[in-house]
Amino acid sequence: MKGGWFRGYTIFYLIFLYAPIILLPIFAFNNATTIAFPLNGFTTAWFGKLWDDPALHHALKNSLIIGCSAAVISTCLGIFASRASSRYTFPFKTPLMGLIMLPLVMPDIILAVALLTVLLGIGMPLSLFTVILGHVLVCTPFSIAILSAAFQSLDQSLEEAAYDLGETPVSAFRLVILPLVLPGIISSLLITFTISLDEFIMAFFLAGNENTLPVYIFGQFRFPQNVPVILALGTILVCLSIALLATAEYFRRRGLAKTGGKDTGGFL
Amino acid sequence: MTSEKSTAADQTMIEFKDVHKYYGDYHALRGITATIKAGEFFSLLGPSGCGKTTLLRTIAGFEGISSGVVMIDGKDMANVPANVRPTNMVFQSYAIFPHLTVEQNVGFGLRKDPRSAAEKAKAVAEALEMVGLKGYGARAAHALSGGQRQRVALARALILKPKVLLLDEPLSALDKKMREQMQMELIKLQRQVGITFILVTHDQEEALVMSDRIAVMFEGEIAQLADPETLYRRPNSRKVADFIGTMNFLPADILSEVDGKVEVEAKGFGRLTLDAEQVSVAPGSSSASIGFRPETLTILFDGQTATDRESKAEVVEVVYYGDMTYYDIKLEGTTEPMRLSMRNVFGRPVLDIGTQTRVAWSPGALVLFR
Repeated sequence: MKGGWFRGYTIFYLIFLYAPIILLPIFAFNNATTIAFPLNGFTTAWFGKLWDDPALHHALKNSLIIGCSAAVISTCLGIFASRASSRYTFPFKTPLMGLIMLPLVMPDIILAVALLTVLLGIGMPLSLFTVILGHVLVCTPFSIAILSAAFQSLDQSLEEAAYDLGETPVSAFRLVILPLVLPGIISSLLITFTISLDEFIMAFFLAGNENTLPVYIFGQFRFPQNVPVILALGTILVCLSIALLATAEYFRRRGLAKTGGKDTGGFL
Repeated sequence: MTSEKSTAADQTMIEFKDVHKYYGDYHALRGITATIKAGEFFSLLGPSGCGKTTLLRTIAGFEGISSGVVMIDGKDMANVPANVRPTNMVFQSYAIFPHLTVEQNVGFGLRKDPRSAAEKAKAVAEALEMVGLKGYGARAAHALSGGQRQRVALARALILKPKVLLLDEPLSALDKKMREQMQMELIKLQRQVGITFILVTHDQEEALVMSDRIAVMFEGEIAQLADPETLYRRPNSRKVADFIGTMNFLPADILSEVDGKVEVEAKGFGRLTLDAEQVSVAPGSSSASIGFRPETLTILFDGQTATDRESKAEVVEVVYYGDMTYYDIKLEGTTEPMRLSMRNVFGRPVLDIGTQTRVAWSPGALVLFR
């Protein structure tokens, strides 16, 4: 039966995709340092150990600083670019927008090595700031993708109606455009923050002596006894990511409903 | 926005002087010169791409002009931005702010109004009542139907008491019944508020029904500017005649021309003399033709006689509409069928295809195009 094959394929595909992630919480609560079945017993000790690790706390703080900065900066850049591309026509618009979106498909390691070369060349010391730069580069295309949908679903007459009713371009933007794209902006902030939080390659190359959370996690795998702690941390991160992305998608859909636009598909 | 001048009936409200508009190489407006009177219901009528919306947008200030002058109430609008012009617009998409309530939409333009909040709320309530949306104030704008959005857009524009209300195809998104109802309401509303209304439409019937005067536009130019009756009865070119209603054309030969009176010979009609006002001269056309509307020809049933002239004809097609019957007839000696309409008054028969009949007509109803 044809339907049976498709069903089987789908189930297999989903297992392949999500089984490793499901193993994460299973072993995070398992009372053994070795990652193997059968399970030994239930414990929350690994989560407790997360509290006592100052290096982890430092890496987390770094990641939060980088994540918030990258989210705000790339969302601002995203607003400019999507407003420009949806509202105005200018020469070389299509290739320009293409170039801006390119980091989306370019291998991160290429970007990271290129950035590192440039930074070393101009003598800029590696720090959290350089990681933020790298993350802005990676996050901006995502922000544009989200915000373009928000800006393009706006009826251009809305802005003209605001001028017509006595508003200046600035106040029209504040009173009409901004409230209508706000859900998109929130969605963009959350998604770029999540991307930055999970990003490894840029951070690995550009952080210098500093650590971010993913770099710290990578480092901890050298110590087998720490692996369950890392799985506990991973569990928290997965939950956090899902929560953030779900919130982002909620705001994206609410924005579309508000403007009466068509859903052209988001990231979820 | 107070003016010392009184808006008397014949005062000019809007004046276009040789207005040109280019988009790159595209010549969208080609020397528009026209005046629109205060308190008039004026329509810009034409097929899509004729420049009617562009012209409307030059009044609103959304579109700059390449050369020429646009004056509103005696003031040159050259450097006046849209947000301070004494005009308000009802957009084709209505452009209702979806994140605001009906009340907030209608009161949007009052933000900088120095009146107290209570007075503004009263003005909003009055505006809503005027457009028949009393009690809808607290509703969310995105939950309204098309007709209701239209009314909100009207209230939002009229609350500011503009000198000119601009309407960009406001009825095109409504269904037929709703459209006809809104046409009547708009006419009433215009008489009530006395503001100059300028309507853009591609629907000739809508323009005829609603307007005091109509400018018919083709390819960036005004082809004819006249009241609806003149436009319908005396179109100044075949193109205008074709665009407004249905008009039949018969080839004609011009025999002589004396003091503006033209003697012509047309197959089916014979020899005729037409007054100067029945003659339209369009530049560039070489052949002449006689034009007439379907309702200006009447079928003569057995025993009836024509009061003026009559011709022999054969019925080649019959379309029954209930209140009307449309016939295609061939006048004796012609090959092209002509459209003729008869009101189905009680007791009047509907003829069959192939019937030989007679038709009555009057030379006064004819127009000569050349």
